[in-house]
Amino acid sequence: MPLYYDDDQTMLADTAGQFMAEEGSIKNQLRHWRDRECKDGFGHALWKQFAEMGFTGMLVDEDDGGLGMGQVEANIVLEEIGRNLTPSPFLSSSVLAATALKHGSNDVKGRWLPGLLAGDKVYGVAIDEGRKHRPERIACKAEKSGNGFKLTGKKDFVVYGASSEMIVVAARTSGDDSDRDGLTLFAVPQDTAGMSHDSVRLVDSSMASHVTFDGVELDGDAVIGEVDNGREVLDAMLMAGRVGSAAEGVGVARGAMDMTVDYLKQRKQFGRVIGEFQALQHRAAHLYSEVEIARAVTVKAAQLLDAGSEKADLMASVAKAKVAKVAGLAVREGVQMHGGIGMTDEYDIGLYMKRDRALQEFLGDQYYHAGRVAEMSGY
Amino acid sequence: MSDSDLESFRAETRAWLEANCPPEMREPVRDEDDIYWGGRNATFKNDAQKAWFEAARDKGYTVPAWPKEYGGAGLSPAQAKVLREEMSAIGARPPLSSFGIWMLGPALLHFGTEGQKQRFLNEIARGEIRWCQGYSEPGSGSDLVSLQTFGEDKGDHWVVNGQKVWTSYADKADWIFCLVRTDKDDKYRGITFMLYDMASEGVSTKPILLISGNSPFCETFFDDVTVPKSYGEDVPAYVGEINRGWDVAKYLLGHEREMISGADGGDRTSAIGAALARANGEIDPVLRAELAQFDVDALAYAAMGEKFLDEIKVGKAHPAQPNMMKYAGTELNKRRHELMMAAGGSHALEWDSEETSGGKPSRNWLRTKANSIEGGTSEVMLNVISKRILELPGA
Ligand SMILES: Cc1cc2nc3c(=O)[nH]c(=O)nc-3n(C[C@H](O)[C@H](O)[C@H](O)COP(=O)(O)OP(=O)(O)OC[C@H]3O[C@@H](n4cnc5c(N)ncnc54)[C@H](O)[C@@H]3O)c2cc1C
Ligand SMILES: Cc1cc2nc3c(=O)[nH]c(=O)nc-3n(C[C@H](O)[C@H](O)[C@H](O)COP(=O)(O)OP(=O)(O)OC[C@H]3O[C@@H](n4cnc5c(N)ncnc54)[C@H](O)[C@@H]3O)c2cc1C
Repeated sequence: MPLYYDDDQTMLADTAGQFMAEEGSIKNQLRHWRDRECKDGFGHALWKQFAEMGFTGMLVDEDDGGLGMGQVEANIVLEEIGRNLTPSPFLSSSVLAATALKHGSNDVKGRWLPGLLAGDKVYGVAIDEGRKHRPERIACKAEKSGNGFKLTGKKDFVVYGASSEMIVVAARTSGDDSDRDGLTLFAVPQDTAGMSHDSVRLVDSSMASHVTFDGVELDGDAVIGEVDNGREVLDAMLMAGRVGSAAEGVGVARGAMDMTVDYLKQRKQFGRVIGEFQALQHRAAHLYSEVEIARAVTVKAAQLLDAGSEKADLMASVAKAKVAKVAGLAVREGVQMHGGIGMTDEYDIGLYMKRDRALQEFLGDQYYHAGRVAEMSGY
Repeated sequence: MSDSDLESFRAETRAWLEANCPPEMREPVRDEDDIYWGGRNATFKNDAQKAWFEAARDKGYTVPAWPKEYGGAGLSPAQAKVLREEMSAIGARPPLSSFGIWMLGPALLHFGTEGQKQRFLNEIARGEIRWCQGYSEPGSGSDLVSLQTFGEDKGDHWVVNGQKVWTSYADKADWIFCLVRTDKDDKYRGITFMLYDMASEGVSTKPILLISGNSPFCETFFDDVTVPKSYGEDVPAYVGEINRGWDVAKYLLGHEREMISGADGGDRTSAIGAALARANGEIDPVLRAELAQFDVDALAYAAMGEKFLDEIKVGKAHPAQPNMMKYAGTELNKRRHELMMAAGGSHALEWDSEETSGGKPSRNWLRTKANSIEGGTSEVMLNVISKRILELPGA
């Protein structure tokens, strides 16, 4: 399969690009909600529009009422989200939670998918425990209790957790904290007794929760997939989420780079536009080259994931690590090349820097993923 | 072509490779003589090299994507990709390497007359001629268009005088494609892209010793060399038009840069951490981290190479994209060899020991430093990206 978009994908990119640039623009969404100190951190009306565009159910099978598309298509939407810094629960709900729900029983799907497809509901995922992403180790416990389970533990970095009608929680039903086996995924409804959110605003104005489960009683039908065999579903979620966040990172990098290159063509100092200075030209050209590579490996990872290739996991980490390096470079160069004005809140370049910082941490930073590449390669 | 046709092509290709590519030709290239360059004076290192070359030549697989009438196999981009994938899966060496394939061939396909294509492309595809590239001069490197080698018009021929430098394999080449000034008053429109025999009277070469201890390139002198304007009906001795050779030269550089970039995979794009850890024992944790970072970049670049080739075949790549590929690919390859030296420790320092096959690690390391110079330097690549892709002013 060639590594460029086919006609349908090109059309989707155009549609999504136009939609995000208008409805999802920095002015209409990110700044709008941020300046109002919105507790959700995104707009529900936009989420509803996402549903009307078919985005919320892109990864949901056609039999279940979705569009049955793949990661390549979800990535196209995510790249546009990244370019426009559009705040939305798309990544957590329509990529991560939707991937989990694929593995759910018909009851689970019937209960949760319609709300997602309609854009009425938002879902979160609770994986991390602690400040860094270490999904190999899960301590949060779900003990058998009657016909169901009793959930105890703490989760961090649950993005848009307080706004989520349901959270997919990875918990341990057997074994030790670092065992591969013994995990189970649960769909935990928002109002369940014993669950509490400490909701915090992050540097990029998105919201995330520290969630505490204090003996939360769950029915057996909250289980997604099989008891004790949750690792496989979790891995599928992680791959989709990592490749998806890489795509959003590519969008962030492109957005920051485009803005910066435009600025180099406008700003005059020393009697000429600063884009004439070779010291800046070479750095911009290097950045271009890196962004192209980051974009290519992200498309490759998405294609491998859609093809069910055994290399998908490795390339998901390669993509996540590469994009993190490159998007970091893009925003740092962006702020620097803007000079003083790049430090102001009025200019958007700083918003790219903030979003990049949050995305870097989401589902593993570049160091985590480079380490994973080494391990998977056998050293 | 449908997916199922492509899959049956894959099966055929796999079977053909299985039957025709000898096991010795699936080993990594270790020495210069593991590469078969063809040409008038070529010799084969062994029977396997000969058998593999001949089988590929007869099938059109020395130049798989060229049309059949010029010695190729006429493969579509998708088929050529399948062949590349299948060859790389078994580690098959290229059956024939040459500047004719990488550089002159594409320029002739684009600018050549039918007569030139019939003659020269077939000779290249069949490995009968070895070419060298006469571009750089002592005073004209990055600023190539300032070149001074002059061809005086004598009606039906030119008399060429001047000097080229860094001419790779000039001492081994049969013919040269050479940039010669034919109009001193017009910098860009005063250069002719000439083709002539290195055995012509007045051509001499002097090898230059490189820091790697090898001397694969030369100073090349032209002293009253007679170059006829035509080699027969429809076979002019120049490509494109007289005085418009700069267009051809630039087009060819795009292909040269694509080739040097390593976009088509192979060594330059593979991960190295695991192999280095295996070969060299315990690895310092900080070096391990560097290796991991390198592997991320290398595997990402491999995807870029694949994307670039897919796009260029269907005209979706930016025309200046080979410059970006050359920049990124060569900088990556230099880093690769720095890390190989670091992991290899004192073993990698050995200059002529048998165990290092005559100092392979250090000589290769030194050779890679030329990657970001030959075919246009990294700085020049960045200039081109700034100007043609980012459209920054005054670049
Ligand atoms: C937090 C902060 C506090 C400040 N406090 C003060 C203060 O108290 N008083 C005061 O007077 N000023 C202050 N400044 C202003 C500061 O000195 C300027 O921002 C700085 O000199 C850069 O000028 P500029 O912002 O116009 O950027 P520009 O000059 O427009 O530069 C934009 C980009 O172009 C690059 N560039 C410009 N010329 C060249 C060149 N010839 N070659 C290569 N690259 C070039 C720059 O390096 C930069 O990356 C402050 C700035 C900040 C951010
Ligand atoms: C191994 C090897 C094989 C070669 N094979 C051939 C061959 O077969 N045929 C052939 O014709 N040539 C060949 N070359 C020559 C090669 O193309 C030139 O070396 C190259 O184009 C650079 O020219 P130069 O060496 O004169 O360096 P210069 O142009 O003098 O450059 C010196 C330094 O200045 C920098 N520089 C120059 N201009 C600028 C600018 N505008 N902006 C910023 N920096 C600049 C360069 O990047 C470089 O770092 C080969 C070179 C090598 C190393």
